[in-house]
Amino acid sequence: MKFLPLLWASLWRKKTRTIFTLLSIVAAFLLFGMLQGVNAAFERTADLANVNRLVVVSKISFTESLPYSQMQQIAAVDGVDAVSFNSWFGAYFQDPKNFIFSFPVEPRRHFDMYPEFKLPEDQLQAFERNRGGAVVGAALATKYGWKIGDRIPLHSTIWTRKDNGSSDWNFEIVGIYTVPTDVGQENQFFFQHENFDEARAFGRGRVGWYIVRIKDANQAAQVGAAIDALFANSTDETKAQSEKEFQMSFLKQLGDINYIVTRILIAVFVALLFATGSTMMQSVRERVPELAVLKTLGFSDARVLTLVLGESVLLCVLSACLGLGIAALLFPALKDVLGLVRLPGEVVAGGLIAAVLLALITGLPPALRARSLNIVDALAGR
Amino acid sequence: MNAIVTLQNVTKRYTRGKQTVEVLHGIDLEIAQGDFVALMGPSGSGKTTLLNLIGGLDQPSTGSVAVAGERIDSLSGSRLAKWRARHIGFVFQFYNLMPMLTAQRNVELPLLLTSLSASQRKRNAEAALAVVGLAERARHKPNELSGGQAQRVAIARALVADPTLLVCDEPTGDLDRSTADEILNLLQVLNREHGKTIVMVTHDPKAAEFATHQLHLDKGKLVGTTATSTTAA
Repeated sequence: MKFLPLLWASLWRKKTRTIFTLLSIVAAFLLFGMLQGVNAAFERTADLANVNRLVVVSKISFTESLPYSQMQQIAAVDGVDAVSFNSWFGAYFQDPKNFIFSFPVEPRRHFDMYPEFKLPEDQLQAFERNRGGAVVGAALATKYGWKIGDRIPLHSTIWTRKDNGSSDWNFEIVGIYTVPTDVGQENQFFFQHENFDEARAFGRGRVGWYIVRIKDANQAAQVGAAIDALFANSTDETKAQSEKEFQMSFLKQLGDINYIVTRILIAVFVALLFATGSTMMQSVRERVPELAVLKTLGFSDARVLTLVLGESVLLCVLSACLGLGIAALLFPALKDVLGLVRLPGEVVAGGLIAAVLLALITGLPPALRARSLNIVDALAGR
Repeated sequence: MNAIVTLQNVTKRYTRGKQTVEVLHGIDLEIAQGDFVALMGPSGSGKTTLLNLIGGLDQPSTGSVAVAGERIDSLSGSRLAKWRARHIGFVFQFYNLMPMLTAQRNVELPLLLTSLSASQRKRNAEAALAVVGLAERARHKPNELSGGQAQRVAIARALVADPTLLVCDEPTGDLDRSTADEILNLLQVLNREHGKTIVMVTHDPKAAEFATHQLHLDKGKLVGTTATSTTAA
C-alpha cells in the first residue's frame, strides 16, 4: 500500500495519454459488461426453464404452425399430465419500436400450465368471460401505464382481421399477472385464442406450438419420442423438446448470442492489448532514467518489475471498474427486454479477472525491460 | 586511519561491441570515515566509474571493494540493492528527481524501502528538507523549483535514510557559480557538523577546494592525493 502514491503519480505522469488509454479501456469494459450481461440474461432465461414441461413444435420449422386437433392426441399420450398452446402474434403498441411479446391463449389452460404466473382468480374468470379481454404482465403494465379496464390497440405484423383486412386488434385489459420468481416474464400480453381464431383472416384451427406438462421429469425423452412418433409421416410432423432446448432455439432465432458476444469481445480485447501494451512500453521507455534512479536508491530489480506491473494493473482495474460500473448503471434500463434488474455478479467478476489478465499481459514486457535495466548504462543515457 | 572505503587492486573493463576497454587499472584506495574526498581528473579518466564502484552501482572486473567493513564486489544484484539502500546516499549532476512527485515525496522515496510508518516517513522527509533549508518547499514539484533548490531536494533525499556514505557525481555541474557554492557549503556543513563521509566527483578545481582531500585520476590510475590545507567556506 505504501507504494500506491508512487504508482498513482507515475500513472498520471502524462495525463492526456493516460486519460485516452483509460477511456479506451473503459469503453471496452462497458461493452464487455453489456454484452456479457445480455448473454447471461439469455442463459438465465434458459436455466429457469421448467424440467416438467416439453414444447412441441413443427418438425419443419419453429415458425410453422400445428393443427389444433393435435392437442387432444398429445393429451392422450402416456405420461402427459396437461397440454396448452401458444402462438406468436408479433405485435407492437402505437410505434414499431414498442414491441409487445403477445400470445393468444386459452385462459385457464394457459395459467394452469404456468403456475409461476400469478393471476387472481377473479381476474382469470374475467379473462375467460371476456372474449376481447387480455391479461398483461405487471412490468408491461407499469411501463405503459396500463390498468384494468383500459382498451389497448395492438398492430400485428403477421395477422390480419378477416372482417376488414386490418392488422389492428383491440383488447380490454381484464387482469394483471405477476411472476415473483422471474420478473423478466412480466413483459407478456395474453389474449383469448378463441376470439382471435374466429377473427383472423387465415390460419384458422392452427396454433404455434404446444406446451406439455409431463408427470415425471425423468421420462421427458420417452414422452417426447412418443409424441413425435404419434405424428410421424403425417402432414404435421412434430419435434418435442425440453422447455430449455426450446428457449435456446428460440433465442437462436436472433443468432448464436454467445458466439457473437465472444467473437466481438475477443476482437475488442485483442485491439486493446496492442493499444495498452504500446502505451505501457512507451511509458516505461520515457522513464528509463527515473527507473534507474529508483534502482540506485536501492529498489531491487524485482521491486521495479512489480512497480511497473502494479501500474498496469492499477490502470486496467481502475478502467474496468469504471466501465463495469457504467454498465451496471445502464443495465436496469434493459430490464424489460432482458428480465434482469442488475448486472450479474459473475459478469463483474469475469470483467475484473479479464482486467487483471489484460494488465499482466500488457505490463509484463515493459516490466521485464525495467527489471533488466543496467543502472550505469541507464543513467549514462545508453 | 579508520577507513570506511577500501579498494584493493581494482580494475574495471567494459566491453562495447567487440572492443574491451580497461577503464581503471589496479586502483588501491582508502577513504577515512568522516572524510570529504573530491575525485578529480580529466574527462575519461575513470572518475565516475570509480564512484560507481564505491557506491555499489557497478562491480569491479578484478580486485575488491569494501565499504563500511563489507565486501560489496561479489554481492548479488538484490543484496547489492539492499546494501545501497542502507549505506549510500546518491546526488547526481542533473538532480534526477521524480517530476510527478512533490519535494517531500521525492525525499521519502528511500524510506519506502524501510519499515517506517507513513507518518514517520513524512516527519523524516520534512526534517531532511529542513536540514537543506527547503522546509517551506515541501509541497512543490521539481518543475516549480530552481536548479539549486532541486539539488538541495536531491541532497535531502540522499540524507534522509542516514546513509554511511554520500556519493555525489558532479553535484554542481549544472549550476551557476553562486548556487554551486551554496550546494558545496551545504555538503561541507553535512561533513563537518553531521560527520557525513562524502565522495564527490568534480572536474571543477574550485569545487574540489571544499573537500578535505583531493584524489587525482588520469587514464584510469590514481596519480596523486592532495590534502586541502585550507578548505573553502
